[in-house]
Amino acid sequence: MTDHQTSGSVDPRIAPKPALRRFHQARWDEKLIFELGTPGERGVLPPLPEPTVTAAVGDPAELLPAALRRSSPPALPELGQQQVLRHYLRLSQENLGADLNVDVGQGTCTMKYSPKVNDTFVRDPRIAALHPAQDASTVQGVLELVHRLEQLLKEISGMDRVSLQPGAGSAAIWTNVSVIRAHHAARGELEQRDEIITTAFSHPSNAACAKTAGFRVITLHPDADGYPDIEALRAAVGPRTAALLITNPEDTGIYNPRIAEFVRIVHEAGGLCAYDQANANGILGITRAREAGFDLCHFNLHKTFSTPHACGGPAAGACGVTAELAPYLPRPTVEFDGERYVLDDDRPDSIGKIRPYLGVVPNLVRAYAWIMALGAEGLREAAETAVLNNNYLLHRVRRIPGVSVPYAEGRPRVEQVRYSWQQLNEDTGLHSEDLGYRAADFGTHYWTSHHPYVVPEPMTLEPTESYSRADLDEYAAILAEVAREAYEDPETVRTAPHRSTVHRIRHEPLDDPAVWAVSWRAYRRKVLGEQP
Amino acid sequence: MTSAPSARIGLVVNPVAGLGGRVGLKGSDGAEVQRRALALGAHPQAVARAALTLRRLPSDVELVTVDGPMGASSAQAAGRPARIVHRPSGAATTAADTRAAVRALAAAGVGLLLFCGGDGTARDVLDALGPDPRLPVLGIPAGVKMHSAVFAVHPRAAAEVAAAWAAGRGVRLEDAEVVDRDEAALRAGRVSARLYGRLTVPVLPARVQQRKTGSSGPDPGAPAGIAAEVAERVGPGGLLLLGPGSTTYAVAAALGAPGASLTGVDLLRLGPANANATAAATATAARILIRDARADQLRALPATPHIALSPIGGQGFLLGRGNQQLTPELLRATGRDRLLVLATEAKLAALAGRPLLLDTGDPDLDDALTGHVRVITGRRSGAVYRLSA
Amino acid sequence: MSTRVPRTHPYIPNSAPQVRKAMLAAIGAQDVEEFYADIPAALRLDRPLRLPEPLGSEARLVAHMEELLSRNTAVPPGRSFLGAGCYRHHVPAVVDEIINRSEFLTAYAGEPYEDHGRFQALWEYQSLMAELLSVEVVNVPTYDGFQAAATALRMAGRATGRRRLVLVGAIDPDRLSRIRDYVRGVHELVPVPADPAAVRAALAEGDTAAVYAQLTDHDGRVDQDLPQYIELAHQAEALAVVHVNPLSLGVLTPPAELGADLTCGDLQPLGIHPGYGGGNAGFIGSPDDERLVAEYPSRLFGLAPTDVPGEYGFGDVAYERTSFALREEGKEWVGTAAALHGIAAGVYLALMGPHGMREIGATILANTAYARQRLASVPGVELPDPQAVHFADFTVRYTGERTAAEIAEALLARGLHGGTPAGADEGRYCVTELHTRADIDRLADALEETVK
Repeated sequence: MTDHQTSGSVDPRIAPKPALRRFHQARWDEKLIFELGTPGERGVLPPLPEPTVTAAVGDPAELLPAALRRSSPPALPELGQQQVLRHYLRLSQENLGADLNVDVGQGTCTMKYSPKVNDTFVRDPRIAALHPAQDASTVQGVLELVHRLEQLLKEISGMDRVSLQPGAGSAAIWTNVSVIRAHHAARGELEQRDEIITTAFSHPSNAACAKTAGFRVITLHPDADGYPDIEALRAAVGPRTAALLITNPEDTGIYNPRIAEFVRIVHEAGGLCAYDQANANGILGITRAREAGFDLCHFNLHKTFSTPHACGGPAAGACGVTAELAPYLPRPTVEFDGERYVLDDDRPDSIGKIRPYLGVVPNLVRAYAWIMALGAEGLREAAETAVLNNNYLLHRVRRIPGVSVPYAEGRPRVEQVRYSWQQLNEDTGLHSEDLGYRAADFGTHYWTSHHPYVVPEPMTLEPTESYSRADLDEYAAILAEVAREAYEDPETVRTAPHRSTVHRIRHEPLDDPAVWAVSWRAYRRKVLGEQP
Repeated sequence: MTSAPSARIGLVVNPVAGLGGRVGLKGSDGAEVQRRALALGAHPQAVARAALTLRRLPSDVELVTVDGPMGASSAQAAGRPARIVHRPSGAATTAADTRAAVRALAAAGVGLLLFCGGDGTARDVLDALGPDPRLPVLGIPAGVKMHSAVFAVHPRAAAEVAAAWAAGRGVRLEDAEVVDRDEAALRAGRVSARLYGRLTVPVLPARVQQRKTGSSGPDPGAPAGIAAEVAERVGPGGLLLLGPGSTTYAVAAALGAPGASLTGVDLLRLGPANANATAAATATAARILIRDARADQLRALPATPHIALSPIGGQGFLLGRGNQQLTPELLRATGRDRLLVLATEAKLAALAGRPLLLDTGDPDLDDALTGHVRVITGRRSGAVYRLSA
Repeated sequence: MSTRVPRTHPYIPNSAPQVRKAMLAAIGAQDVEEFYADIPAALRLDRPLRLPEPLGSEARLVAHMEELLSRNTAVPPGRSFLGAGCYRHHVPAVVDEIINRSEFLTAYAGEPYEDHGRFQALWEYQSLMAELLSVEVVNVPTYDGFQAAATALRMAGRATGRRRLVLVGAIDPDRLSRIRDYVRGVHELVPVPADPAAVRAALAEGDTAAVYAQLTDHDGRVDQDLPQYIELAHQAEALAVVHVNPLSLGVLTPPAELGADLTCGDLQPLGIHPGYGGGNAGFIGSPDDERLVAEYPSRLFGLAPTDVPGEYGFGDVAYERTSFALREEGKEWVGTAAALHGIAAGVYLALMGPHGMREIGATILANTAYARQRLASVPGVELPDPQAVHFADFTVRYTGERTAAEIAEALLARGLHGGTPAGADEGRYCVTELHTRADIDRLADALEETVK
């Protein structure tokens, strides 16, 4: 460009970005993988048997009865390698990982930053390629790491032993319930102690695991202040009480100050107390399961200890117990004999296996590295900042018209808050879900709550320590904008999302057995009417 | 059931609904109350609220309504055409007017009936449609009392449901309780609720994708689960008194005794033990011994029964409202241990921490029953909840 | 330069002192302590946690971790003969590329409106897996193959309302341990040998919810009587639950084609690194039968239209699953499990295609047959079941004086990992597509020197 007159007419100053980003989700309009490719294309070639091997053994399948030889290959699509790569890369772009957004909207899930450096350790062949049956002498590094992580979590919880075998939080709850069952069985009281008590604001997996393990479940509902009703607990306990499974702070973000009293009441009735520490992120180094008198506790390493959520696992859970209950923990344990680390599989009272081998070792590696990067002071700083961030966001969000903060008026919240859009719902007819869908148009989202909704029109936010003040301000501004639209332009919210990969999904076919399609195969037969 | 038989929607408005509320009266039923309300400066709200709904109805829906303030005025205010199929005789403000209009609209073949009013209006609709109404009905909230489960949360929300129904998408038909409070008692400062029956209501379920965690599978409060617990407690061949309400009604059906009375107290005898022990859950059917029992019929029972009750409506009344057949004498004789309280977790959650209520008419008995009770919420599930007088 | 710049932790931006102060001021609080007002003093930890000093920088952390990793041995694939539930197979580079994307790795449980890609990738996983298993319904993965087996058996229990579970043949004792823990108090386990007569006898006692059998058992043996077990189960009106190694299904018949009601197993062989046992993930598949679908505790994604013609989205099938259960004892739970491994397995199947799955199955069958033949030719080594066909795993019996443990140790001294003792005089081995003839010959030669 040499013509000064022309270029001079373009204002070189670029207007500042607006307060809210003009987001649009990637939209590749990508086909289903079964609609891609052409017969003959190949994505990867596996090795063929060597000719001398074939010469020696022939076709081993020939030795099988015809019924056990697959008659026609599976009807998988046929694509070249780059075509497969591109398809899945496009799908990844149509997904909003926590690395890309201000992910404070998945309350109770503690969507904190998962440090990238920790991923490099688990991709190293000295973790990724290790086989669990390798001789202990060849895996001393990983055994030491698991042993050290147990010591760290013992101190963080105050418990005497910690099992790292459960695959996630609910598996850890199951493990604790199974340990409770073994404890009462060993004392000959299992038949008598068939009831487990939990609270309405504890994670529903507590009730579900207890029930699956054969217990009856008694739920305590919140009193008018949102605390679990302690008089109801007194009325509930008795000779049938096996255990109390309880979260604290509960999913409202309210810390139950009478928790030690809860534990005492259950202990006096002969029951055990298990602390669901899914919500531990605000209290690391502040208060522990030990001080409150618990017999068992569990952490979610993918929440509090930073391992990535991976679209819903693999995750990892950690169960801490008192010395009295330690014999029941899953086998094997990792022990140090003074010279080397060994697996102890000879544990006759153990409940057995919860997950193959030692659990989700790659996530144990990540969690260990995260704790080692922070130390005691860093953990406390993480907790305090998570709580500061939460109360800061609370301060911003409660001013948005249509929002309320049920229960314990004026009390601080710990690391999360369950808000309610009930007022907005009454004013506009729009539901919390509608607002959440509209939030997607701004590059974020939020979660409502578990069912049944105890708080009407709920929204649960948990900002963790990972987000900056600017991040929180942006998130609050998005919510304020969505709420403003709900009052002034409800149609936009009601029909949201508008800038997402897809529009509102029609759910009816998903509930109709005649047409629901869990697979391409089912879709072709039931919806397209093709004969298999 | 998700599709609409026809996109013809009927509308009936109770023009005086909500009058009492604005001027501190606890209802608007009865000409005297309405006169007082108007004298106190109340303005009719219902016509405008119905118009709010009509403005958001899709234009291709055929609207059928009643002349004047019972419908046509709202249509006019909303600027949309409507076919008039009924002209009220007089001032158009009595329960009889509402009932006549509902019958006319039903006769005109509407597929969905919108009514604008409160609990009293809902009762009139119920009366007009008969004992087992199948016509989908949805309330546009405009009353003082709206404890029945037949109302949309807002006039605009009613439009949303109606539009979805007309488009044949995503609407589920559910039975919903019609509850009303005793007006005289209420104005005397005493809360009292009674279940009158059921209407069929279209519901647009809030679809939540986010099943990231939690218990899956069936609603543990499904009637079959509660019924199984009840059967276990009562034992084979035992006597069971079932109080009013849709929960107990469904439990009776799950016990193998369909056709229990919705609003009364029924005496059932559970089936004998099943010889085939491996199919314990398929116990033999219960029988209804007395349907809609009177107190005197329950005086001399052959054995001590269990009594199963479910809280009615929003207030959580368990005893003393609509089930006075269960006299203090009977309750004393039965004992607290045989009192079974049934409610889903969702119903307890909706009480928002308020206690379950009782008012047996016998203060000493009320005191004796007050405290925390076990509530059966589903198979092998329960809650401990406060019950107070 | 000033050295007063705070060393704010990179993971905690708002811990910078001036930021913290400004945020407290905005809230109107003096100190974060105010937010902890509800925690009674007696419950407060009155000292700092006793943890090692933090590593202070990413560089120091890497050095520390390197020190630990350096004491692990990543064995070259040709020298590892370990299997039995966790396998070294080739993981295509494209699989790693996809599952290490931030978008997938760090996402969780958003709506399809933020996470369409996750829904589609997992629905495609279900669909690809459904083709492999020859079923129409596959769940979003559960924790691992142990859990898949345990849940499939509980599903069968709910669907039939019966109590007994007949378990056929050699089952991984650890998997059995998981099943035992998971069905305790609800079901009775009836283990029987892999013999149709034994299955028939067990079924004759009645009240059987399921016959649980394996296409390939814990020893890698293809159970040729599987079709009979399935038929016997159905004659007794029990469900047939069959465990498979999914990598074998390019060459072996999917049990569903033999009538199996539920097929379960572990996804790890399908493109997932062993990760010292961290790579396991469970699958369950079944026909599209409403009564079975009702019993899945897992998420099942389905394809659905959107408000825009020609556009599709995804959601949960049968969101409010109504159980047909006769004896409802709890319907388990759904939670964070192993979704990303499902995406990995989907990418793997898409890359392999029909012919890749057939080829890899044939290669493993051939290598396994060769290894069995070759090892059995070593004096002092014999096969307990010479006529059987094995896939990947097999067991040999030592007839000399040295114990299986001594032999495994001697192999290890030669840099070979294998021969995990399965009793005093039996050792477990495994070969995959990664082994060359030379690798297998090397093992045989080493055994010849070792077995006496």
